[in-house]
Amino acid sequence: MSLWQLAWRRFVRDPVGVASAAVVLAFTALAAASALGWIARDWSSEVAVSYAPPPFMKEELLGEEMRETASSAALPDYGIQDPIAKELAEVRASLTEMAKGEARAGSLVFGADKWGRDVLKKAIKGTETSLLVGFAAAALATLLGTLFGAFAGYHGSWVDDFFNWLYSVFTSIPYLLLVLAVAAVLGQKGILTVVLILGLTGWTGIFRLVRAEYLKHRVREYVLAADAVGASNARRMFAHILPNVSHVVLVQLSLHVVLFIKSEVILSFLGFGVGVDTVSWGTMLAEAPSELILGMWWQIAAATLFMALAVTAFSLFTDAARDALDPRLQ
Amino acid sequence: MSNYLIRRLWQFIPTLLGVVLLVFFLFNWVGGDPAYLLAGKIASPELIENIRRSLGIDQPYWVQLWIFVKQVATADFGVSWSTNERVSQIFATRLGPSLTVLLPLLVISTVIALGAAMLVAYYRGSLTDRGIMIACTVGQSVSILVYILLLQYWLAYQLGWFPVQGWGSTLGENLLRYAALPILVGVIVSLAPDIRLYRSFFLDEIGQDYVRTARAKGLGEGRVVWLHVLRNAAIPITTNVMMQIPGLLAGAFLIERFFSIPGIGREVILAVERSDFPVIKAVTVYVAIATMIVNLLADLTYRALDPRVQLK
Repeated sequence: MSLWQLAWRRFVRDPVGVASAAVVLAFTALAAASALGWIARDWSSEVAVSYAPPPFMKEELLGEEMRETASSAALPDYGIQDPIAKELAEVRASLTEMAKGEARAGSLVFGADKWGRDVLKKAIKGTETSLLVGFAAAALATLLGTLFGAFAGYHGSWVDDFFNWLYSVFTSIPYLLLVLAVAAVLGQKGILTVVLILGLTGWTGIFRLVRAEYLKHRVREYVLAADAVGASNARRMFAHILPNVSHVVLVQLSLHVVLFIKSEVILSFLGFGVGVDTVSWGTMLAEAPSELILGMWWQIAAATLFMALAVTAFSLFTDAARDALDPRLQ
Repeated sequence: MSNYLIRRLWQFIPTLLGVVLLVFFLFNWVGGDPAYLLAGKIASPELIENIRRSLGIDQPYWVQLWIFVKQVATADFGVSWSTNERVSQIFATRLGPSLTVLLPLLVISTVIALGAAMLVAYYRGSLTDRGIMIACTVGQSVSILVYILLLQYWLAYQLGWFPVQGWGSTLGENLLRYAALPILVGVIVSLAPDIRLYRSFFLDEIGQDYVRTARAKGLGEGRVVWLHVLRNAAIPITTNVMMQIPGLLAGAFLIERFFSIPGIGREVILAVERSDFPVIKAVTVYVAIATMIVNLLADLTYRALDPRVQLK
């Protein structure tokens, strides 16, 4: 039986692993459906009234609003004629007409934001952005880390020295500081920028592990045998050794998806992340401080719920995959 | 020992040179021409030419690199592009507030995390262990932003137990009044990852032979756990705590930003927002130097903690 078959058997015996894998798959499907435009395509259309609450909050808030209008109508005008009363009446009339044409909803499942956009749709679209950034950046970082690690560990000598030097340079700057410095230099927003920032700075951990694996494997008998039958260096590195260390690489890939999703949220929150025409969990949280003060908690709740579910599932899935692929660790 | 020290300090040079090259490459090459940035929206060619000359950007790259190396060597990064404050002055005034929050945060969170980790490691596999581990995984999955936002809203804005934000002028006032909530938030956020990590360190030790021996000769459980296991797990724990320091210095920027603490982290965010390159360059280089020194100190602490460790 191959390593993968054994690992699969161990994996399906772990109920937590299977459940988390199901949630991860569900989120991936959600993101894919959103990317293909099947759902949440119209996330930016203003479908509800500003700050429309979730249905169970509706009664409470409406009561407050009515009280407010009643008190403002009771304001005395001391017999002075309002000079712009006529104009105001016109504006009001045209506003109600506009509102009639659009017929905005009074409440939505997850409520609405300041502009009346559906928070649920924003959260789904944000899932697409966050997963896309997480996967793409993790793929880039894993590619770099694996390539560097393979060359350093396999060739040794000055190649190893060079990559170790690069590693010590990158790790002597704290990760988030490096990310911010690159963000400051690039100075432009967008999904591609975030992927580049995170991917180009986040390869160091993978490099160290892959290098250690290659150091271990390059003197093993199967590699020496491959050398004896005349396999080239590249063939030994990537056709012989790589499949034998791929479980390490895969676990790291999964681990970094989580790390980069979290980093993207922080970058976007600070305004150095995805552009203004894109929604991510980070940009949703960025709207939260001013909303919280007004008592509108549903946007932060939706973003937190989606993110917590996705990240927890991913973390548990990573743990389960590591246990299944490398049973010695248990 | 002195040989070891000299060799380690000698090794700083290539790494520091690498950091300088990396920062130079980022800011002078990738970053493009800062003269347009500095000149503002309406810029005459003469103005841009002047700025370029004063910054030395009209010189070839190797001269610019030499200017930067001299800046690092003399610790003089000039003035901030946006406030004209001297960069060294910015550091001198921002370090205090950062440390006021960070040192208590580090001590409190380490002590609590060690206690909790020992508890769950001791009762490994029990309901307590699994419960706390699941709580840690879920707790870690929520963004640090959410913790800050909600705790600030709930404890400061709604209940009024703490000031929402701000900073005073005396150390006592800052520590007891303004830094209390930021420290609390920091402790809560760092608990989950710390407990998970320390638990794995303790688990490595708790199954060892010396623990069985200690029990066999009749030592109490408290003595076994808090003296024997803790002392043997001290090396990875010390490394972890020390390694956190430089990262925290710049990494606490979210806390500093939300609570308006005039520390280094907030300065980094402001500098990134304003494209204030001298400040970011200086922070990056200084924090890199601090990281290298802390790494060396961690290795020396090993030696003090465990005489078996040979420093080569």
